Amino acid sequence: MADSARVYLRLVSAAIRSQLQYRTSFALDVVGMFFVTFLDFVAVLVIFHNVPRLGEFTVAEVAFLYALSSMAFALAEFGVGHLDALSEYVRTGSFDVMLARPRGTLFQVLGADFRVRRLGQLLQGAAVFVYAVSALDVPWNAARVGMVVLSVLCGAVIFSAIWVFVICIVFWAVEGREASSAFTYGGQFMTQFPIDVYSRWLRRFLAYLVPTAFVAYFPTLYVLDKEDPLGLPSFLRFSSPLVAVFAAIVAGGMWRFAVRHYRSAGG
Amino acid sequence: MRLDWELARRGYRRYAAYPAATIAGIFTNTVFGFLRGYVLLALYEHRDIVGGYDAGDAVTYVWLTQGLISIVYIWGWQDLAVRIKSGDVATDLVRPVDPLRAGLAFDFGRALYHALFRGVPPFVVGALLFDLTFPANPAVWLAFALSVALAIGVSFAWRFLYNSAAFWVLDYRGPAVMAMIVANLFSGFIIPVGFFPDWLKTIAYATPFPAMVQTPIDVFVGKLEGVDAVFALAVQLAWLVGLLVACRLVLAAGTRRLVVQGG
Repeated sequence: MADSARVYLRLVSAAIRSQLQYRTSFALDVVGMFFVTFLDFVAVLVIFHNVPRLGEFTVAEVAFLYALSSMAFALAEFGVGHLDALSEYVRTGSFDVMLARPRGTLFQVLGADFRVRRLGQLLQGAAVFVYAVSALDVPWNAARVGMVVLSVLCGAVIFSAIWVFVICIVFWAVEGREASSAFTYGGQFMTQFPIDVYSRWLRRFLAYLVPTAFVAYFPTLYVLDKEDPLGLPSFLRFSSPLVAVFAAIVAGGMWRFAVRHYRSAGG
Repeated sequence: MRLDWELARRGYRRYAAYPAATIAGIFTNTVFGFLRGYVLLALYEHRDIVGGYDAGDAVTYVWLTQGLISIVYIWGWQDLAVRIKSGDVATDLVRPVDPLRAGLAFDFGRALYHALFRGVPPFVVGALLFDLTFPANPAVWLAFALSVALAIGVSFAWRFLYNSAAFWVLDYRGPAVMAMIVANLFSGFIIPVGFFPDWLKTIAYATPFPAMVQTPIDVFVGKLEGVDAVFALAVQLAWLVGLLVACRLVLAAGTRRLVVQGG
């Protein structure tokens, strides 16, 4: 375990160093990613140009929610976004090579690359966070600061777990990769808005079963000391770490199940 | 003309070769339709009309954009840039077919496949589950179809232009990302242009981007009627011609610059 962690860190640092070789390209990528993801926030601002509230949330409150979600997603994409290339590995047969090596397959796939340019989204989320906090009157204390940090980390784990779980579709249908985007990028979109805007069935499925509501919605209710428009029990505001651990276990199980059922195209 | 037709058929068949990818794409476009639909509907808890759209127009907008994503294809197309980078474009240039015309014909074939198999299905799901606005007048359907065809052309010319950046820069991702940002925002793809504050709306309508997404939708939901609709289609046509001329100039300049390492 400690050995794997060491290898992982070396792979991360190698990826960062290699992507920093072309500094101009790297800087452009980061700036580009900042603005691409910032467009989502422009959409939020345009919405609030037209209405004072969305559901029971003001623009600053949505900005807070959005910032938590955006930073969590950036971290998740940094670590596991590269899974989108899994269909290529399966199609070209390089996944078979990984099966023959003495390390876990998930570890090898994740270690193959890191989306360092996601730094742009992290910075974008941080910028929106600064805006939200300056526009809100948050009664800061140690617990609230802790909750912000914890929720970004747990959110990253939840998003990563979703990614691992849904990308497994390519073990059955190699061209089916795009369907996983409905849960990864769709999950990100979902968490950028208060979940009370969605209809009940969509919320049950995409906020609780796929646990995106625990990324930003419940932690935001706690930090902003806001009443839940849905009237859900308040212990949910503290359950993100548990949900993250549970999601990671389920995703790991799904990956092992999928790999066991994987049949190479041979050759 | 026969050549254009054959090229269009190739375009159609290239994309028709991956049915599982099509199903996966329909699924994702549909899920996003629900998410975006509910977010926009939440605006109507406070107001009856936003940016000229009532609630029915707004959800119609959402499901039309979800269908139009793959039809107008404003992002993700790097075919030309990849061929310039690899040097394959040299082969295109010695062929007896003009690359711009061939590309356009191929793209219309692609768009037809995407319209039938990726455009219609999410829209049908939306139409079954939401109260959408449908044009009563058959002439509006015709105008919509024409407007979509023009939108595909404008989008192709725009993609051809920013892909051509690869003639000048080694790493075309920078221009591609910038192109994606402006097109996403100003086309009305993310949020209707009518919802923008006035200053942003003015900027948007000074660009070709609304002609790629917003115009066909406004024709469909009846925000552009009669003379206005005809005028909007004329504007699309003008952008199409203007951008194709720009493509022609850029291609000529790029060709003069192109150096392919032989072997």
